[in-house]
Amino acid sequence: MCQFLKKQLSSWIFIIPSGILLALFVLPLAALLIRSVNEDFFKYVFSEQAFKALRLSLLTSTITTISAVVFGTPLAYMLANWKFKFKSWIELIIDLPIVLPPSVAGLALLIAFGRRGIFGPTLNLLDINLPFTTAAVVLAQIFVASPLYIRSARVGFSGIDQQLEEAAHVEGANQWQLFYEVMMPLAGRALLSGAILTWTRALGEFGATILFAGNLEGVTQTMPMAIYLGFERNLGIALALSVLLIAVSTLLLFFTKKLEQSEPG
Amino acid sequence: MKRFLSLTLLFTLFLAACETAASPAPTVVPPTAAEAPIAIVEPQTLTVFAAASLTDAFTEIGKSFETANPGVTVTFNFAGSQALRTQIEEGASVDVFASASGKEMDALVTGKFVADGVKQIFLNNKLVVILPSDNPARLEALEDIAKPGIKLVLAAEEVPVGNYARQALDLMNASFGVDFKDKVLANVVSNEDNVKQVVAKVQLGEADAGIVYTSDVVAATDLKTIEIPAELNVIAKYPIAPLTASTHADLAKVFVDYVLSAEGQATLQKWGFAPVK
Repeated sequence: MCQFLKKQLSSWIFIIPSGILLALFVLPLAALLIRSVNEDFFKYVFSEQAFKALRLSLLTSTITTISAVVFGTPLAYMLANWKFKFKSWIELIIDLPIVLPPSVAGLALLIAFGRRGIFGPTLNLLDINLPFTTAAVVLAQIFVASPLYIRSARVGFSGIDQQLEEAAHVEGANQWQLFYEVMMPLAGRALLSGAILTWTRALGEFGATILFAGNLEGVTQTMPMAIYLGFERNLGIALALSVLLIAVSTLLLFFTKKLEQSEPG
Repeated sequence: MKRFLSLTLLFTLFLAACETAASPAPTVVPPTAAEAPIAIVEPQTLTVFAAASLTDAFTEIGKSFETANPGVTVTFNFAGSQALRTQIEEGASVDVFASASGKEMDALVTGKFVADGVKQIFLNNKLVVILPSDNPARLEALEDIAKPGIKLVLAAEEVPVGNYARQALDLMNASFGVDFKDKVLANVVSNEDNVKQVVAKVQLGEADAGIVYTSDVVAATDLKTIEIPAELNVIAKYPIAPLTASTHADLAKVFVDYVLSAEGQATLQKWGFAPVK
């Protein structure tokens, strides 16, 4: 019996540390769910503050995702297929927001585009005033979340067989035709999963928003903000909103997983 | 998950049992450590949760307290009093709590985190309107904060200073017209989480005005101010108390006494607070 157990030891070297780390992920989330399950849950979920925060979060993160796709796809395509100067520097700049603390992002945005920021006077001339507006929330989200899309799209475009591109060139396809008719369909899954990642990250954006956009119900108070402030005044609403965010994020991630699994090869 | 964990635990115990069976366990002799020489100063860390408005004053008080008590380190957590209260209720290990409002302290007394009758008021503070140094909205008088279209930043209603500001606006309704408060609140572009955030947003010039404590202006010298007359102002009384769960109860009491001492009060006064003694 003991002999048998010792033979199993080597696999437990893997299982035990993994279990401990997994417990660290699972236990807090489970605790949150357990605590939030009470008769007031639906009262909080359907409260006006929760509704406004949810609506604002969905609106801003959707705009963010669309912007990431519209502006990020060409960028990712260039990075994957073209050779040009400073390419590795541009890649580094794009990866930076992923690793930077969001508070740094918020401060940077404020210093750049705030009323007194470096570009503030120029924006003032155009009658654009960003801080404390919904537009500021979107900018903060784009800054923090769109690099995830660009990354995923770049990898997707790079994974396409070079011979296909050459063949398309031989057939006389121009850049746009190559992009739209060959590369886009082939990289479709990578683009979609990148967009979902960006959407999820934008939904969760908090640090940059609170610094750059402030906090006003219905205008700049997104779900993570309502959760943070709810922690201090109304734990019930914070818990209910957290559960809602976890549910949405889980669904989105589940969908991305499915996409990845169905990927050929 | 639970089943998996208990299985893991069971397995580890099993293996341990195997080990013992294989080799006789040596008798464990507890190490008889040589009696440590009695230290003259035992290093201690005192954790103080204090209202954000106390940031500068308490940082200085902490330094002089450390000098006066060798071996003692004071660590601070400055935030909105309502945030600190929640953290204490959720189990933060704290020795002293200094709040900007009686409400947060009373909640902790009700929750038995602070013993009955030990809280003491250690300073008074009042409100002032702050403007960026170049006054972009050209505000001259207190009534101007109701001018349509200006960007006003307040602390959220749950933050003590945000609550006091709204109380003051109620008082102003009597002088400036019944819809004064509504007009002012319509100008609010952000409800910040603590008073220092309000100061920062005005200092940066992102907002045209904010309502904060007079003490905040001492540290932020580049601000313009509009006084709020006494009859329209609200006096904030700050309570301080040691926590019942403090692991340094004696030291916590010494710290509270120090804040209330002539020296502590002088430091508070230096930073713009009205001392109570």
